[in-house]
Amino acid sequence: MSEPIIHAKNLTKKFGDFTAVDNIDFDVAKGEIFAFLGPNGAGKSTTIKMMTTMLRPTDGTLKLAGHDVTTERDNARKAFGIVFQDPSLDEELSAYENMDLHATLYGIPKKQRSARIQELLELVELWGRKDSMIKTFSGGMRRRLEIARGLLHEPRILFLDEPTLGLDTQTRNLMWNYVKKLSQEKGMTIFFTTHYLDEAEDVAERIAIIDHGKIVARGTTPELRKQTGTKTLEEAYLKLTGEGLRDDADEGNNDGLNARMARRNKALK
Amino acid sequence: MNIDVIYALWLRQVRRYTRSGSRIIGTLGQPVLLLLALGYGIGAIYRKAGEGNYLQFLVPGIITQTVLLSSVFWGIIILQDKRFGFLSELLVAPVKRVVILLGSTLGGATISIMQGLLVFIIALLFGFRPYNWALVPPAFLVLVFMSMALTSFGAAIASAVDDFQGFQSINNLLVMPLFFLSSALYPLNHVPTVLRVISTCNPVSYMVDALRYLLANQTHFGLGKDLAVMAVTLAVCMSFAVNRFNRIQM
Repeated sequence: MSEPIIHAKNLTKKFGDFTAVDNIDFDVAKGEIFAFLGPNGAGKSTTIKMMTTMLRPTDGTLKLAGHDVTTERDNARKAFGIVFQDPSLDEELSAYENMDLHATLYGIPKKQRSARIQELLELVELWGRKDSMIKTFSGGMRRRLEIARGLLHEPRILFLDEPTLGLDTQTRNLMWNYVKKLSQEKGMTIFFTTHYLDEAEDVAERIAIIDHGKIVARGTTPELRKQTGTKTLEEAYLKLTGEGLRDDADEGNNDGLNARMARRNKALK
Repeated sequence: MNIDVIYALWLRQVRRYTRSGSRIIGTLGQPVLLLLALGYGIGAIYRKAGEGNYLQFLVPGIITQTVLLSSVFWGIIILQDKRFGFLSELLVAPVKRVVILLGSTLGGATISIMQGLLVFIIALLFGFRPYNWALVPPAFLVLVFMSMALTSFGAAIASAVDDFQGFQSINNLLVMPLFFLSSALYPLNHVPTVLRVISTCNPVSYMVDALRYLLANQTHFGLGKDLAVMAVTLAVCMSFAVNRFNRIQM
């Protein structure tokens, strides 16, 4: 296999004494659709946040398209687009203005901007609403716009952090069909997390399952079924991660508060 | 290219302000009330006490109060984006954090300047007259300077505090004390020592004083000291905010 587009080696993140991500390794090949699964608090969000330069790894190497996320941060940032788990649009700007601001932040030349924004807004079927304020948009429309925005600077990797949470079936199908198309036609690498295992089974070419900060299994769906001797991905997943309920407070995922807050939450527990 | 980014972030803040008519009117309510109640109400007693025209004395203080409230609020908005998720979008962009902070701060300061000018115009309607119209442009520069310093202050505060419960607590805990315990409402030469000491330590007093010197030809500290304190406040708040902003991890 040629050089992986995402390369993680001995990746670790600690918050004080708590190890959220514990020495994990994984590679994602160019053009691959990769699902990252795990219960709440398993280290999923922390890993995504390290990959998207929002959290600094405590230890280990993490490279996106050959760029180290700590030492070559801006190059790493240009290499990916992201659809965050939480809404991240400016409510008081229009769809077009949100796109335009993103284009400016990523240094897309002025001449290409309007054509590119139009192309993407048409693609997600929002061109007709380009001048409407985001606060008038439904959840599905916001998600579509966030996807369009994530693709604006033609990233090589697209991160989708629970992208279908709260979406209706129509929008989910539309979104996944489009994501598959991007991967096939443009060779874009897709890295996503989800709690809907049927989605992962349908869409992902390869899956890694993380629990308690460690990767407990990886492979294609048939491989995971075989490893665990189960019939579906869901059964395999439950066998690997157990049936018990999890504490919802994911250390890395504290609704946008910082690491200090995470430690405080930890201390309170 | 960085200029593009700064401009885009500036424009974002200004758009948010100009689009919300109720916000503009709402934040002007307080200064109008103060001008009416204090300017006219206390003004009558002030004159009897032989101190001259209170409105002339008061207006620079009210302009400063407006700028203070608006700047701290918009400064906090910069970091409050984290509540609404938009900050994530900014933080993963391939742009230096200091550029993001600068663009947003300039936007917030511009809004404060506009608010300050509106109050100035309202004050003219109330009967305020600048001491010398030629000194209004330099007073405007003081307004700009002050807005930058206080917006950075707002951003610095927001970066140091994780959980800020809305506008009301900002107002009660920060803006009100800074306003009431400054030279905005009363001349410092006649107040009890405790109050004078507190007011002398409050950078807002110097902002009021600079504006008062240029608009009403009255000063307590002298313009030189006023400008020096404002410069230090700006530098300290800005570097604190930049430093904190650089460290944000989400």
